[in-house]
Amino acid sequence: MTEPTRIRAQLSGDKVTVRVLMTHEMESGQRKDAAGKTVAAWFIQEVMVTHNGKRVLTAQFGPAVSKNPFLQFVLKSGKVGDRIGISWVDSRGERRSDEGVVAASA
Amino acid sequence: MADSMHPCLIETHHRPAPVAPGRREWMRLSVRVASLVAAAGCLPSALQAQSVEWNKAAFDARLLADAVKALGSAAPVESREISMTAPDIAENGAIVPIGITTGLTGVARLLVLVEKNPAPLAAVFTLSDAVEANLNARIKMNQSSWVYALALMADGRTLYTRKDVKVTLGGCGV
Repeated sequence: MTEPTRIRAQLSGDKVTVRVLMTHEMESGQRKDAAGKTVAAWFIQEVMVTHNGKRVLTAQFGPAVSKNPFLQFVLKSGKVGDRIGISWVDSRGERRSDEGVVAASA
Repeated sequence: MADSMHPCLIETHHRPAPVAPGRREWMRLSVRVASLVAAAGCLPSALQAQSVEWNKAAFDARLLADAVKALGSAAPVESREISMTAPDIAENGAIVPIGITTGLTGVARLLVLVEKNPAPLAAVFTLSDAVEANLNARIKMNQSSWVYALALMADGRTLYTRKDVKVTLGGCGV
């Protein structure tokens, strides 16, 4: 079972700064367990970002992206209440989609 | 590990370098890239920009040059227009914050590569017009290495910048 992605989107001026924290082991395939056996790679491969349902950013990750991947990006325009969707697919084919809402700047 | 060393770096010992090694490295690369891209029938990067298929060849590549080749990018040119933020010294190689930003318009893709990681390519970001070319992420580093930020432009150019990051504790076995 996968854990929810944390999404924080803040409006500043016309722009929206979005911070995303996905929950994933991001197993590199380099690590060895206590018995000395290599732990198989297991990581998020693709991330898709949508803004009100429209795709705005996609990412391909390798195993060298840190555990619990963090991503920050800036939308050129947006307004309070806009929906930010984050979905990912990992190397085992597991998927997760989450949605956040743009908030006014603090 | 001699095989991880780029041939250009070895050559500089017995041949005066007309250009900086970094640039020469890429120039040599560009010739090989061009021929390989043609051989593989790859589309120019601008046309591939919307593809979201995970590029196995690029992520599996063991050498920086091979990863760039697999992405079918043009000859990379060092550019001051691309800027990267990364720590000078990363105490924990498992979490190295990297920021890439550029004021240039027409950026199709942004790439992060770590030269001395087992597989150099860490991440590829495909940008639409709705997002700024300004991203932050966290990557793992096995050991101290050059970190490259590449920008694949919509007009087919590939620009890069790089930064030497020292790692106190390697992050690949984590």
